[in-house]
Amino acid sequence: MWRSCFRLGASGGSFPRRPCLLPDARLGPGDQAGPAPGLALLLRAYAPPAERKKFYQNVSITQGEGGYEINLDHRKLKTPNAKLFTVPSEALAVAVATEWDSQQDTIKFYTMHLTTLCNTSLDNPTQRNKDQLIQAAMKFLDTDTICYRVEEPETLVELQRNEWDPVIDWAEKRYDVKIGSSTNIMGPDIPAKTKETFISLLASYNMWALQGIEFVVTQLKSMVLSLGLIDRHLTVEKAVLLSRLEEEYQIQKWGNVEWAHDYELQELRARTAAGTLFVHLCSESSTVKHKLLQE
Amino acid sequence: MVALGPPSRTLRALLRELRYWSAATDRPYRDTAAYRYLVEAFRAHRVTSEKLCRAQHELHFQAATYLCLLRSTRNHVALHQEFHGKGERSVQEAAGVVGLTLPQQPGGKGWES
Repeated sequence: MWRSCFRLGASGGSFPRRPCLLPDARLGPGDQAGPAPGLALLLRAYAPPAERKKFYQNVSITQGEGGYEINLDHRKLKTPNAKLFTVPSEALAVAVATEWDSQQDTIKFYTMHLTTLCNTSLDNPTQRNKDQLIQAAMKFLDTDTICYRVEEPETLVELQRNEWDPVIDWAEKRYDVKIGSSTNIMGPDIPAKTKETFISLLASYNMWALQGIEFVVTQLKSMVLSLGLIDRHLTVEKAVLLSRLEEEYQIQKWGNVEWAHDYELQELRARTAAGTLFVHLCSESSTVKHKLLQE
Repeated sequence: MVALGPPSRTLRALLRELRYWSAATDRPYRDTAAYRYLVEAFRAHRVTSEKLCRAQHELHFQAATYLCLLRSTRNHVALHQEFHGKGERSVQEAAGVVGLTLPQQPGGKGWES
């Protein structure tokens, strides 16, 4: 996902230095069609500087007409495209304010996942509409991580069967579809009816929630795991563990490298948790019903 | 199907995370909007006579997700600082890695004024 920053009229940022700011380099299914050349220039200008000094003391939340706004000292927060930063939900505004509030000395944009998601939803820099977002998420279903099995070593096959099969069974029962798994190099054969069911399920979410869903699917490389998260069937830790099952298997066998494995694990957990929270906060509506005490 | 444990544990862990985060700023963590919002939300959804309250489970799941976010972000930043935050070594340090020191020319190098 493209990182974002708060610009005080400064020129477009320099190209990010650290690898973690570039799009996730893990193998995704096939090639996602790159943006058109005109959009490529626009997207490069959207890339932020790596770190900025913290220029504010206080972060506060106010309610405007479009929703909740964040104030840094007395200035209103704006997206990279200079739109006013408004969120529909108070909980989301509180979480974003906490992100900005917890920065010390320098602002580390690569840790502010919720802010990034909000900026992407507000600006829509790749200018995708709802159908394109749904298609981008559905592409991951054809080579879904938990449907794509190995044939050897035997212990890994068994581990995959024990851990991933229950999730597939749950998804098949919950959504009344057929998914199945395969050891074929082409991936599982998903029937068209399943895809239609999922497309109509995704279409029931609004644009903001869809951005979040697509983000989570891209991080976990699995549609079924994301559905489990959104449906509150799996916790974030469990979903990340299932997504990284083979890596965990290799770590148990060969040992853990803290500066690579743990680093990636924490980053993946942070992004997935941010995406899931974003989806839930953008797709819920809460009403308070007071119960009358009856004497 | 989710093994979340008691809500009080999640709330306590969340408040602990907020305390770590606001150790950065000098303000006490009870002043932050997040603390107030969380405590109020947990208190409001506690009072229910239903045993299987879906709204309570939803709130608990969201709280657990937020806890995971805070915790993993803090760990990620700490790991980054420890392993990836040092930047490049200076020339003196680079020489010192293999046990060498830089040569010293008391008269200065030829091209320096």
